[in-house]
Amino acid sequence: MNIRDQAIHAGDQLVLYGVPLTSRVLLGTAAYPSPDVMAAAVRASQAQIVTVSLRREAAGGQVGERFLELIASLGARVLPNTAGCRSPRDAITTAQMARELFGTDWIKLEVIGNDDTLQPDVFGLVEAAEVLTKDGFKVFPYTTEDLSVAERLVRAGCQVIMPWASPIGTGRGIVNKTGLESLRGYFPGLPLIVDAGLGAPSHAALAMELGYDAVLLNTAVAKAVDPPAMALAFAEAVRAGRRGYEAGLMGERDMAVPSTPVAGTPFFDLDAKS
Amino acid sequence: MLSEVRTKDLVVNGKPVSSQAAVLSELLQEQEFGNVRVATAINGQFVAEAARSEATLKPGDRIEIVSARQGG
Repeated sequence: MNIRDQAIHAGDQLVLYGVPLTSRVLLGTAAYPSPDVMAAAVRASQAQIVTVSLRREAAGGQVGERFLELIASLGARVLPNTAGCRSPRDAITTAQMARELFGTDWIKLEVIGNDDTLQPDVFGLVEAAEVLTKDGFKVFPYTTEDLSVAERLVRAGCQVIMPWASPIGTGRGIVNKTGLESLRGYFPGLPLIVDAGLGAPSHAALAMELGYDAVLLNTAVAKAVDPPAMALAFAEAVRAGRRGYEAGLMGERDMAVPSTPVAGTPFFDLDAKS
Repeated sequence: MLSEVRTKDLVVNGKPVSSQAAVLSELLQEQEFGNVRVATAINGQFVAEAARSEATLKPGDRIEIVSARQGG
C-alpha cells in the first residue's frame, strides 16, 4: 500500500502507518497541573494517541513506573518523542531507548535547531529520519512548512509529516497559512498533522478546514484554566473543521455579493435611471 | 589471592559516580535501578536490556539511565 492510498478514509477514519483512527486529536501529556487532570483531559479530548517522553531517572526512582501505569490506564496508543535532542545522534539514541521502554516503533522525531524558537533543525531531522526508517521506525517528523524538507522526509520513508503552526508553546496559531495550504496541495494523500503552536480551538478548526488530517496539541490544553473543558473544546473544533473541509468551503471573493435575490426587490429597478 | 576490587569514575545521568561495577547490568543493581523499567545508553550509544550484562564499563564512560515521562 502506498502512502497516498493509506490516507483514504473509511468513513472518517484516519490511517497512520496502517493504524485506523477515529480521533483526529493527538494530545501531549506534559505541563498539566496534576496527573489526574492530565488523564481527564485525555479522556475529554477522545485522543487515541498521546505523546510521551524519556527523562533521566533517579536512583531507585518510581516516577517512570507510575507514569507508565497512568498512561496504560488511558487506553491510548503512545507516541514517544525525542524532545530536547539537538543532534541526529541524540535523537536516534533516544528513539532506540523509547522503542524498548514503550514497546512501540512509533517515534515523534524532534531535532531542535534553535533554543529560542525551538525551530527544527531540518537538516538533522532528515538525517535522523533516514537512519530511523531504515531501522524499522515509523517516524512522525516535527518540521516546518517547508515543502522541500517535506519531500526529503517522504523520500526518507516518512509516511506522516507534522509541520508546525508556529513555535512550540506560543499559542499563536497558524502564522503561515499559505505555506500550509501549499504543503496540503502538494501532498494530497499524505497524512499531514499540524503540530505545535496552536493556542485556541479556532486555530485547530482552521487547520482542519485547510484539509489537514489531525492536530497535535499540548500547551493550549495543559495551560488552560480548565484543561479537560479545553480538551473537549478542541475536540469539537477539530470535528467542526473536518466536517467543513469535507463539505467543501466556498471560494473567497474580493467583492460583496448579495445572498438575497436582487430580482424583484421592491422599490428597486435595475434599469431605472436616476 | 582475591582479586582487588577496582573502582572507576563514571558519569551517570550527568553526575559523577564512583562505581565497582564491571558491566552495565551491575551498575544498575549498584545504583538501585534493579526493579525499575529503564532504558540505557553508554557514551551516546543505545544499550539494549539484553546486552547490559555484556556492556563493559571503563573509566570516564557517560551512562544515561532514563524512564518514561510526560511529553508534548
